[in-house]
Amino acid sequence: MLTLTCPCCGITAEETELHPGGEAHLKRFGPGSSDGDFEAYLFARKNPKGVHFERWRHAYGCGKWFLAARDTVTLEVFGTYKAQNPHPTPEIVASIRAKRPDWQPDWTETKTSSAESLTE
Amino acid sequence: MSDSGPFRLSKGGRLIDRAYQLPFRFDGREFRGVQGDTIASALLACGQMMMGRSFKYHRPRGPLASGAEEPNALLGLGEGGRFEPNQRATTTRLLEGMVANSQNCWPSLSVDIGVMNNWMYRFLPAGFYYKTFIHPRAAWKHLFEPIIRRSAGLGKAPTEADPDTYEQAYSHVDLVVVGGGIAGLTAARDAARDGKSVTVLEQNPHWGGRTPTDHADGQALIEALLSELRALPNVTLRRNTMATGLYDHGYLLAREALADHDPDAGIPRQRLWRIRAGHVIVASGALERPLSFAGNDVPGVILASAVRDFIADYGVAPGKRIVVVTNNDDAYRTALTALDAGLDVVAVIDARPNATGALPESVRARGVRVLTASAIAGINGSTSVEAVKICSHAGEGKVLEIIEADCVAMSGGWSPVVHLWSHCGGKLIWSETQAMFLPDISRPPTGADGMGMATPVGAAAGDLAVSGATGAAPEQPLMPVWVMPMHASRKMKFKMWLDFQNDVKVSDVELAAQEGYQSVEHTKRYTTLGMATDQGKVSNINGLAVLSAALKQPIPQTGTTTFRPPYTPLTLGTIAAEARGDLFQPLRKTPMHGWHEAHGAHWEPVGHWRRPYCYPQSGESHSDAVAREVLAVRGGVGTLDASTLGKIVVKGPDAGRFLDMIYTGMMSSLPVGKCRYGLICNENGFLIDDGVAARLSDDTWLVHTTTGGADRIHAHMEDWLQCEWWDWKVYTANVTEQWAQVAVVGPQARTLLERLGGIDLSAEALPFMGWAEATIAGIPARIYRISFSGELSFEVAVPAKRGLELWQKLHESGADLGITPYGTEAMHVMRAEKGFIMIGDETDGTVIPQDLGLGWAISKKKSDYIGKRAQERSFMASTERWKLVGLESTDGRMLPDGVYAVAEGENANGQRNLQGRVTSTYVSPTLNQPIAMGLVLHGPDRMGEMLEFPVQGQVSYRARIVDPVFYDKEGSRTNG
Amino acid sequence: MAEALARITKLTDLGMIQIRADLAAAGDAIAAACGVAIPAATAMVAKAPRRLCWMSPDELLLVLPLAEVPEAVVALTAALEGQHALVLDVSDMRSAFGIEGAKAEQVLMKLCPADLAKMPADGMRRTRAAQVACGVWRQGDGFVLIGFRSVSDYLLGLLNGAAQAGTQLDPR
Repeated sequence: MLTLTCPCCGITAEETELHPGGEAHLKRFGPGSSDGDFEAYLFARKNPKGVHFERWRHAYGCGKWFLAARDTVTLEVFGTYKAQNPHPTPEIVASIRAKRPDWQPDWTETKTSSAESLTE
Repeated sequence: MSDSGPFRLSKGGRLIDRAYQLPFRFDGREFRGVQGDTIASALLACGQMMMGRSFKYHRPRGPLASGAEEPNALLGLGEGGRFEPNQRATTTRLLEGMVANSQNCWPSLSVDIGVMNNWMYRFLPAGFYYKTFIHPRAAWKHLFEPIIRRSAGLGKAPTEADPDTYEQAYSHVDLVVVGGGIAGLTAARDAARDGKSVTVLEQNPHWGGRTPTDHADGQALIEALLSELRALPNVTLRRNTMATGLYDHGYLLAREALADHDPDAGIPRQRLWRIRAGHVIVASGALERPLSFAGNDVPGVILASAVRDFIADYGVAPGKRIVVVTNNDDAYRTALTALDAGLDVVAVIDARPNATGALPESVRARGVRVLTASAIAGINGSTSVEAVKICSHAGEGKVLEIIEADCVAMSGGWSPVVHLWSHCGGKLIWSETQAMFLPDISRPPTGADGMGMATPVGAAAGDLAVSGATGAAPEQPLMPVWVMPMHASRKMKFKMWLDFQNDVKVSDVELAAQEGYQSVEHTKRYTTLGMATDQGKVSNINGLAVLSAALKQPIPQTGTTTFRPPYTPLTLGTIAAEARGDLFQPLRKTPMHGWHEAHGAHWEPVGHWRRPYCYPQSGESHSDAVAREVLAVRGGVGTLDASTLGKIVVKGPDAGRFLDMIYTGMMSSLPVGKCRYGLICNENGFLIDDGVAARLSDDTWLVHTTTGGADRIHAHMEDWLQCEWWDWKVYTANVTEQWAQVAVVGPQARTLLERLGGIDLSAEALPFMGWAEATIAGIPARIYRISFSGELSFEVAVPAKRGLELWQKLHESGADLGITPYGTEAMHVMRAEKGFIMIGDETDGTVIPQDLGLGWAISKKKSDYIGKRAQERSFMASTERWKLVGLESTDGRMLPDGVYAVAEGENANGQRNLQGRVTSTYVSPTLNQPIAMGLVLHGPDRMGEMLEFPVQGQVSYRARIVDPVFYDKEGSRTNG
Repeated sequence: MAEALARITKLTDLGMIQIRADLAAAGDAIAAACGVAIPAATAMVAKAPRRLCWMSPDELLLVLPLAEVPEAVVALTAALEGQHALVLDVSDMRSAFGIEGAKAEQVLMKLCPADLAKMPADGMRRTRAAQVACGVWRQGDGFVLIGFRSVSDYLLGLLNGAAQAGTQLDPR
């Protein structure tokens, strides 16, 4: 049973105080999107063995959603960060790379995301 | 000898007090033990070596071990609700008046019918379950199953409720040390000196592990450590506490026995500790392995360490003429202990060519015969050891000598207890020199930080003598012995037990290998090796060594089976703890719950809520009550406790825009003071909730959800607000419990409410789908003119603390109007009469609003809402989806809920094709006829057509497709 | 007869006001209207007879005597006029229980997965008690636990069970 530290209130909570929300960083496709994009948004999940980004809600606490980077095999937690980030933060990436030098991000950083200001 | 039995020694026994005699019963006979005994030691002291029978062959069995690893001496303990099967006699403290019974025997322990299996062992080989019962098929039902059912099952399940209570507790600690032996206590002291908070868990009532028994000054060493630890404020020493499993991120479960020793103490019997450990020190020791020689399961053949435990700890002689058989030096300690207790040690049989270490030499010096390069070829005796047949270990088992003896103390070496280490991913490494699997400290179980979260010490790490702390002299290496003698015949292997509890022998594992089983996990399941309640604690290593030899591969290549928690079985009561009876689930009660209860409500669980289903009066059936309530509402006025409906405030400059995304309809255009019905879908397009939203002010809406939907829909809103539209300015608050809500329904509803005063409720002042703030009966209230019944209806919300007051005032004022409280079933009937859908009846997670004729509640103007894109997918837009219709039974029978309408032809599986199903069905008291709704292929285009609903064993039901609105199609009644 | 681990009492006459706002922007206005300083994250500021509890990064709970609620709602609403904020009287939504006595912490250790021993004197911990949500703060020689009104009986049953005489968690 995992323990994760909520980045919104700083409380380290155990899994029974949290609510899981599946894979993080999904991009929503709405009306007008292609069938393929929409299907992938709804159903295609990476389900990796290793580094993974997940959504969790501190349900029995501050009620905020946050994101966690962890290894699905060793259960190592690389860090938690706010849900408003479109991609894992540079700090999270650095923390993963320190432990998993071979790991490569599979996204390209967009510089002007307004959410970045939320990551202290 | 003392009067607690002929095998009680006159002195010795560090854990017992001969001054306190404890009478108890075993299999109906009276026995006497002493304070400090286990049941096993007390029975042994009385000369009762046989304590049970094995699972498959019903072989007579005595204790093999002295601790938690015991596979044989399993008893049914207690009576009635306190009966518990499969309790280990070796770890159960003896209590005065205890009642214990042997298992797996019928009619009695000494005369057992099932022992015929014993003669049939050639016919019950490995995998016999899989082989024997395949053909002929008919034999299963008539022959195999009845026989197996009769003899199968380990112990009996209790039949009464457990009268004991249990509890749980959470603990957070820097370091947990599992095992209160010398290695654990030393590690705890070292860590505590660094200032860490330390908890030490010891499964036994006494501290020290093997050290007090095995080392001359052991007890003094332990006492010194304990007194040091007890003086430290940051150390907690917890006895009688078994660490059962280690899980993710340092989560450790442990069971503390609180009142096992005193059922009348009036406190919980056991406590489950849920410990979050920063680090775990595994100091769980090691378990001795049996030797695989023919007849190694005869009562009286006992592990060497257990023999010296019975002598040194309990002052009990397991036998008076003892033969020690070993492949290592440690077993010589047993010879010395027995000699010190005045018992005869007739020989030590050592498989090794030489035994010249300090321990063997000291045994020789006491005049004991030590036979090296020797082995046991067999045991004379079936229910007890009578004599031991000696052979050369290097040979095939030719008997060289027969030695009379009544007890064999065997040692095949030791296996570290690596369970906790392994539970959460710690890896093992094979030590050739020690012939054991050791924790591989380079591959520990990892915690949240990616670092090892456990460290093995002492015997659990392979340091059997813990010489650093005990000062024990070095011992000579053991010689691995997996089959004794080395070239034993096949016939002998039929009598060499590996798994004593499940009756798995060397011959079974070799047969499995011969039949092609290579994976240890497959072999385990095929032979049932290690699958009994002891989970192979003493058998696994011997079993996989035999398998490796049969497969002609090294042991590490075969590997081990998976170690899974719990280490020893947990009582279900500790897992449930307080969650039983009234506290089984949190039962949610409205402010009017007590009134409903006092007025005879029959309850319906809705989520964790209890809602009145109906209020039966004396002599009334539930259906009578529902019919009366419906007619009373339609003919006068009734009240429904609607407090459970979800109520969520949504406020902010972007609240309208947000609700337009949440609902399929348009909520932003709702005028202040008005209400609107809305549908909520998930991103898959499926309908998940419905309800009425009211606009409270320019930037504030109050959203009603279904009873079960309040928390779910609030969470759904927060998810989208926090994670997708996080820059929108919207706050939500789930205020469900702040308000009590009463639906006042029926043609007299307005008359009744006007009596309570405070507001103009005329159709002009408060039109249908309007709401107003008011004071009713002196209570501040919000009144929503909405209807789920088709009648004139007002839902009155007041602060929860005043809900009961409002309800009572309504009933006082409405007495002459025949005011009637009604329950959820009358509500359901009335909504069905009106063709209103119900979430959970008409929806099941695969239904979209378009299926339900609710297209009018889906905005065509909006470019987006949650679920819109999904509803454009081809399958969702298909004209072949089943759609909502009314169903009118043609023979006066009510359609069964959920039945399917058949179509022409059959599908690929030879089943009738389907064209619809019933989603709601009731008898309408208003119309005095059965009514139903259902989803039917092309339903709305097939008005008047007949459908057939076959039901097994009954005449098919037939129904006509009709409009789902059965009552008041014009909707005039909502005006009163 | 041994003594219970703690005295469990149901607290009445506690009013509660839920405040949601951008605490950085509106903190001063809220503090002024409440008469209590804004608490740090997961903390609580007590200024008798009021307590201002941090519930989430954009949510506070003002606990005050029931009689003072209407006036405080008006004051807070006025103070936050023109800002994006939410002020609600939620006095009827929750129940509060006192858990007093030397072993009060042990009662909560049986029900809550939170490490309450490490909770500071001014801490406000939201967690769960067995199967329901709750909030816990220190008060007097024990704690106050708040939970939802509908499960008051359940909470009372849990607390009384956990406080049963003779069930102290001390090693035995």
